[in-house]
Amino acid sequence: MSFVVARDIFQSYGSRPILERVNVEVAEGEFVSIVGASGCGKSTFLRLLLAQERPTRGEIRVAGAEPATEPGLDRGVVFQKYSVFPHMTCRENIVAGESFRTGFGRFGGVKRRAALERADATLARIGLDHVADQYPATLSGGMQQRLAIGQALAAKPRILLLDEPFGALDPGTRLSMHDFLTELRAETAMTVFMVTHDLEEGFKLGDRVLVFDKPRWDPTDPNAYGATITYDFDARDGGIPYQRLTENAHGLRPA
Amino acid sequence: MRLINREPGAALKAALVALPFVLVFIAYAIGSEIRLAENPQDRLLPAPSTIAATAERLFTEPDRRSDRILLWHDTAASLFRLGLGVAISAALATILGLLIGLLPHVRASLASFVAVVSMIPPLAVLPILFIVFGLGETSKVVLIVVGILPFLVRDLSARVMEIPREMIVKAETLGASSLVIALRVVLPQLLPRLIQAVRLSLGPAWLFLIAAEAIASEQGLGYRIFLVRRFLAMDVILVYVLWITLLAFLMDLALRRLSRRLFPWTETGL
Ligand SMILES: Nc1ncnc2c1ncn2[C@@H]1O[C@H](COP(=O)(O)OP(=O)(O)OP(=O)(O)O)[C@@H](O)[C@H]1O
Ligand SMILES: [Mg+2]
Repeated sequence: MSFVVARDIFQSYGSRPILERVNVEVAEGEFVSIVGASGCGKSTFLRLLLAQERPTRGEIRVAGAEPATEPGLDRGVVFQKYSVFPHMTCRENIVAGESFRTGFGRFGGVKRRAALERADATLARIGLDHVADQYPATLSGGMQQRLAIGQALAAKPRILLLDEPFGALDPGTRLSMHDFLTELRAETAMTVFMVTHDLEEGFKLGDRVLVFDKPRWDPTDPNAYGATITYDFDARDGGIPYQRLTENAHGLRPA
Repeated sequence: MRLINREPGAALKAALVALPFVLVFIAYAIGSEIRLAENPQDRLLPAPSTIAATAERLFTEPDRRSDRILLWHDTAASLFRLGLGVAISAALATILGLLIGLLPHVRASLASFVAVVSMIPPLAVLPILFIVFGLGETSKVVLIVVGILPFLVRDLSARVMEIPREMIVKAETLGASSLVIALRVVLPQLLPRLIQAVRLSLGPAWLFLIAAEAIASEQGLGYRIFLVRRFLAMDVILVYVLWITLLAFLMDLALRRLSRRLFPWTETGL
């Protein structure tokens, strides 16, 4: 059964259509990369998945539940910027991933000590234990994004939404972030949606690559139509699923 | 090298800092010298030495009638009014700023109201305050609040709305309620801006304080200045003006230091 179902999504701002007729079904645990031209509505789609906005038409359901009306614990997010809290140290940022759901957003006593221990474990896991007591502004871009991912994961969401999370990073840092994300996924088996401008990145990390584009184009008015999903690639094994079939066929090993 | 890229060295910088002060002092000393040479009884520009002597007297010698050192009593009275007025305004502005900045319903009802109220000239309502609250302490504190609260509320609510939406959405995805977002995400980021805004409003706060004291009071720095004006005691007035300036400057400095001490994360900027 499909875990995330987007049915017939339309989204317009004022009279300007951004998305039209977007239909997609995603299984639990799938990694979906989203690519497309700048301004075609990828972030808009992510905001709809996040329930930060409601679509003009259509609905998005997660695990068959009623469409969400506002962002909540089941969907974590990492934006390109502003994803960590500047007034908290790295450790506090991770603890916030667990403590914000409580009445006053704080843990006390035993709970706090346990949460701090878990936070330290997370920081070690994301390679930030040496800067645990520093404020995010003192970290590099890659470290900040790692912190943001660590924080989002501390809340244990079922879906993780990433909007160009590595867009501002240099190629080297980007590669190590890919390894980091791949490892994390092996551990948590979350459903992930990631918007990226880097096709290679999309195919490398994703199980599927969705391409957003305008299917109709009015040369006199480029804004007349919205974008939709024009391609839906199977990106497992580097986008060559048939090779695996063949391999499997050859895999009739002697008993 | 372009002028915009030239930096003064340490010694030159210190000299440049001192320069305008020294120039003003010299100009005053010369003016005073000329007038006193023409008429030794002149009271308009007392000699710097006279001012210094007066200052010493004011700061150390008790008043003959009340047996109190008036300057310190005036200072205490004024600082109490100013501090109370500014503290009340800051507290109210923080609460209102949070509510207006975060809650669309409150914003819809209060934002334009505050914008209109902030256009009322506070001194024009001073007579009303005297009528309603009497001539005691209350009306003076209320004038300061009326004078600076609208500015603070507008500034702080704008600061709340400047906080990137992404950060608030992020907190929502961590399960934070509106209260938690207000207390743990927005308020901590608002406080350094509150200190900034309070620093800016200290000037107007002094203005309203002195105006209120000048009109109806029995003590206070503003009261004393306007009292001795009748005797043309320029030396006393100047000492009081310099003293007020020093106090205001020290408050500003203290707030700046406090902000740096309390909010180390603002240092590196983000
Ligand atoms: N709140 C809004 N109100 C009006 N128009 C909006 C709003 N948000 C986005 N848009 C418009 O919708 C279009 C799609 O924006 P979106 O941010 O989804 O694009 P994108 O595919 O993420 O682009 P990029 O790759 O540059 O991030 C843009 O033309 C933008 O101007
Ligand atoms: Mg975008």
